[in-house]
Amino acid sequence: MCNPKHTRSQENIVEYIQPWQLVIVIALMGVFIPLPRPAEKSTDRNIRIEASRFNYSPSELYVNPGDKVTIELVSNDVTHGFSLDSYGLNLTAVPGQTARVTFVADHPGAFRWRCTVTCGNMHPFMIGKLQVGPNLLLWRAITLGTLAVAAVFWSVHK
Amino acid sequence: MTRLNLARYPWIKSLLLSRWPQFLTHAVLLAGFIFTILVGLLGPVVGSHNFAVIFVWIAWWSALKLFFIPLGGRSWCSICPIPVPGEWLQRGGILKSTGQGWGLGKRWPKFLRGNWIQSGVFLLIGLFSAVILTSARITALVLLGVILLSLVLSLFYERRAFCRYICPIGGFTGLYALAAPLEVRSKYPSVCAGEAGKIHYAACPWGINPLALKANTNCGLCMECLRVCPNDNFAVNLRPFGSDLGPQTKLHLDETFLGLVMLSSVLVDAAIFLGPWGALKSAAYTIGSIPWLVFTTVFLGISLTVIPGLYALAIWTGQQLSKSQIPFRKALAQQGQVLIPLGLMAWIAFTISFAFTKFSYVLPVLSDPVGLGWNLLALGKPAWTVDTNLIYLILKAAALVGGLLWSSRVALRLADGTNPHKQSLPTIGFCMLFTLVMLWLLIG
Repeated sequence: MCNPKHTRSQENIVEYIQPWQLVIVIALMGVFIPLPRPAEKSTDRNIRIEASRFNYSPSELYVNPGDKVTIELVSNDVTHGFSLDSYGLNLTAVPGQTARVTFVADHPGAFRWRCTVTCGNMHPFMIGKLQVGPNLLLWRAITLGTLAVAAVFWSVHK
Repeated sequence: MTRLNLARYPWIKSLLLSRWPQFLTHAVLLAGFIFTILVGLLGPVVGSHNFAVIFVWIAWWSALKLFFIPLGGRSWCSICPIPVPGEWLQRGGILKSTGQGWGLGKRWPKFLRGNWIQSGVFLLIGLFSAVILTSARITALVLLGVILLSLVLSLFYERRAFCRYICPIGGFTGLYALAAPLEVRSKYPSVCAGEAGKIHYAACPWGINPLALKANTNCGLCMECLRVCPNDNFAVNLRPFGSDLGPQTKLHLDETFLGLVMLSSVLVDAAIFLGPWGALKSAAYTIGSIPWLVFTTVFLGISLTVIPGLYALAIWTGQQLSKSQIPFRKALAQQGQVLIPLGLMAWIAFTISFAFTKFSYVLPVLSDPVGLGWNLLALGKPAWTVDTNLIYLILKAAALVGGLLWSSRVALRLADGTNPHKQSLPTIGFCMLFTLVMLWLLIG
């Protein structure tokens, strides 16, 4: 047997909660709940990057979390630099000499690397991208955006 | 809706009513403008070491998008030094008109009115942005050209014709000012009606009737209407964000087109300046080359065909789904309001990426503004880079998602048919597609 008092209280709560509020709660959960990461075998990777004015080749890299990555930076024209966001790495490649650095890709996500030696007018925009595992922030943002639109749809009554 | 009249506080009111604070700001900024042109022409050749490039395209351009427009709408226009020399000549005096001004005072041709020219200039800047934003000489020449053009136009045409119809920044700020939480409005339009009301129109450098002002687009916040009003009938209101966005504001097709140009510009700028594609950067930089011609074709294709086409398709589909009776052309113009929060927040997200990573260039050029090897601020190293850590990524994502949420709300408020949800769904779909591409470019 149900307690009538309890049932009424539950009904009141259901009436009080608006669908868009529920969506906001789900959205917040979607943003902040940690997701399990697929266990992938970490490997050693040697990657040679050729730098020329305003361009890295390759300019986009994908590695798995936990990979031991060795970057070999070679410059094809003038001196170029390599600074990877969130990893605190810095390399400088003088033409004719190869600069190397080894690190463990232990921060998942997408990171930009940038040239740190002035190499011409477009130097501040000489950029490359390293993706370590799936870019969860991007997927969370997409989820949040979709849920935000759904919340707006529910909340606006004409 | 709630409004707080800032002019009710005596010290703010006295600041606004006096012409001196504005004149002093204009004088300092004009001196800075001339200094910037000179350093651009005579200073270091490398853009990232030149005060002109760093100050204009990192400090000022970022401040405009992160501070002036979102919080003050056209507040930058109230202190912008570019139209000042022309305005002084028109007035025949510095603080106020002496009645002995120079210039022919012609009316701006009717067929050139609206935001069409501003959209064209914005597209031109987009085509040459890789050079304009990185070359000190070109930046200086653009600034010089802009101030000369403004001066010449003010000698031929009345009031601020340059600001209203030519200046791309004027178009940019005017459109996004609709979302800003600041406005100048008459308290009681009937109080100053009739002959007495003409004094406000005569004093307005922007050529609008302040008594009839309903939206922020063309109000440059110069405060002249407050100063000349004999009845103290004007308020400077703080208001909720986006107060002008809704069915009460009528947008024109030229304003909607400008909003679409802003969307394509931020997409292309994000790809060129923040993306990892060196070939695209080189193509945008090597003007006149075959890759640049390809880049031009793609850029204009996106700006003039793809984005306007997708937007028009969304509006048309919404009209069909909701069986709306509003003419398609009118709906195309009116629904353009959704582009305002969408574009503004996208520019803010872009600027978070652009400015915060490049802000490290500001201190070195302040330490050595003329490129003579000075170290006025005793800095240890030349330019360094700022780590774009998780906080910046989250800020960018929040700005883009916030823009999508805001524009979706505006789309629903604008819907007029029997089923507003059906009508706004395709428009919101367009906003979602744009947001997805921006998310991919900025945090992908």
